[in-house]
Amino acid sequence: MSLDKATVARIASLARLKVPNAELEGLATELNKIMGWISELDQVNTDGVEPMSQAADLKLRWRDDVVTDGGVRDKVLANAPDSREGFFTVPKVVE
Amino acid sequence: MTADRALTALTIAEARDGLKARKFSALELAEAHIARMAEMRGLNAFITETPDAARKAAAAADARLAKGEGRELEGVPLGIKDLFCTDGVMTTAASKILDGFTPPYESTVSQKLWDAGAVMLGKTNLDEFAMGSSNTTSHFGPVHNPWQRKGDNRPLVPGGSSGGSAAAVAAGLCPGATATDTGGSIRQPAAFCGVAGLKPTYGRCSRWGIVAFASSLDQAGPIARTVRDTAIMLTHMSGFDAKDSTSVDRPVPDFEAACAKPVKGLRVGIPAEYRMDGMNPRIEQLWQQGIDWLKDAGMQPVEISLPHTKYALPVYYILAPAEASSNLARYDGVRYGLRAEGKDLREMYEETRGQGFGAEVRRRILIGTYVLSAGYYDAYYLKAQKVRSLIARDFAQAFEKCDVILTPTAPGAAFAIGEKQDDPIAMYLNDVFTVPASLAGLPGISVPAGLDGDGLPLGLQLIGRAFDEETVIASAQAIEDRAAFKLTTLGDA
Repeated sequence: MSLDKATVARIASLARLKVPNAELEGLATELNKIMGWISELDQVNTDGVEPMSQAADLKLRWRDDVVTDGGVRDKVLANAPDSREGFFTVPKVVE
Repeated sequence: MTADRALTALTIAEARDGLKARKFSALELAEAHIARMAEMRGLNAFITETPDAARKAAAAADARLAKGEGRELEGVPLGIKDLFCTDGVMTTAASKILDGFTPPYESTVSQKLWDAGAVMLGKTNLDEFAMGSSNTTSHFGPVHNPWQRKGDNRPLVPGGSSGGSAAAVAAGLCPGATATDTGGSIRQPAAFCGVAGLKPTYGRCSRWGIVAFASSLDQAGPIARTVRDTAIMLTHMSGFDAKDSTSVDRPVPDFEAACAKPVKGLRVGIPAEYRMDGMNPRIEQLWQQGIDWLKDAGMQPVEISLPHTKYALPVYYILAPAEASSNLARYDGVRYGLRAEGKDLREMYEETRGQGFGAEVRRRILIGTYVLSAGYYDAYYLKAQKVRSLIARDFAQAFEKCDVILTPTAPGAAFAIGEKQDDPIAMYLNDVFTVPASLAGLPGISVPAGLDGDGLPLGLQLIGRAFDEETVIASAQAIEDRAAFKLTTLGDA
């Protein structure tokens, strides 16, 4: 397996992360090294082993389907880099 | 004004008892720590200091104490890792992307401490989004370890990610501080700074209001100067919280009482796989010393095997970045924090995230996105989750033969700022002894146990069964009693 510049550019785009072209090469080398180290896991036989997705043996709890919060629009908007008339704003997405 | 060393050297237990006995006021105690924080600002242990709020809270604590209505931690000043959201006080996660973010709510864990009467001194520095083992990835600059090598005044790292908390506690800026641990971020900095750090069982402390890194691993815990102090803090940080779906609904013991719990007859497991080739001989020696101390306390050492230990770091460096890439998707420049301009929505996202995240966070987002991407999910992510099961099974089998496990906390002592920067993997290896317990969700403590040849502190780690923090605390107390470790970084009296 090898991560080339194009793959790094693709995952950066999937992650919505701007990576300057000049940094792609270095990142590819670095990530390759890390992924090579990680591939040690191929040595482990995991046939019939259940994946562990959480640390505690928990069952998700049920709760009543009721409103428990709300009425805090101004608090929610207070940290927005830009908000107008009670809404978050984003660059225009519909022509 | 010079800080009153008699007050800044107090442990939490001493401060609590002194306040109750009215030997000094909460305001005097707060002022002494505020002065010490100013004196030691060069450590860069705090991102935000809140002296005015601390004075106000201390005065309120004094009023309660005067009426005989003091709560368990009334007037005890604490630092809060800047990963815990604090109502009305800037919370940054040490990232540029959250610079200026002021939460309109309080994390459950910090709220519990305030409900017990504790007083906040400020928000401590950390690695950006808690991703690091040296506190060098903070947007607000590195933290300096208050310890230095003998005859060498180069600044050393405090460990990470809770480096600000550990350095602040070690230097007497606060008697205790909150921290969080995902793969070792409480225990490793505690070891590097010569203080105690306790990571409880996953689910013991609510994660609500803590900026998320890797949700299946993140767990809050205390850093303080003694085992007893970590136990006191943990009692007031723990407990069920309906707002965190992974919070566990079970009673919270009086952890402080566990310090006096008898350990005689308990079996302490020594995992063969933690004896690594080329391990620092001083650490190996200290480990043996730890075994002897526990024998002296009446415990029986038993050899155990944790055969999948060597795979813990690779598993961690798949799962933690995968969860991080998902958690950090929320930083999009729309609802809070930094926004960089772009010609359209997509470019705005990419510019915001490209400018807002530092190099290590970007690296981990990329790894996480890669291992979760189509075609690689089974080979990496699912495989890592399966090996995680085997690591947890190793511990379950080991705990059939022993009651607690003793290991070194880290493979070395604190290193200089700038060392190990070029090689991410060398940096990741700092967590080799702490990551396995994190993956298994088990409680662990680092207790300061001795010094290396350069005069730097080293820690020993105790790992317990899930929700058996009490045995961990009792065994750690047995080590602390025998190690007679001297913290020499509190400043001359």
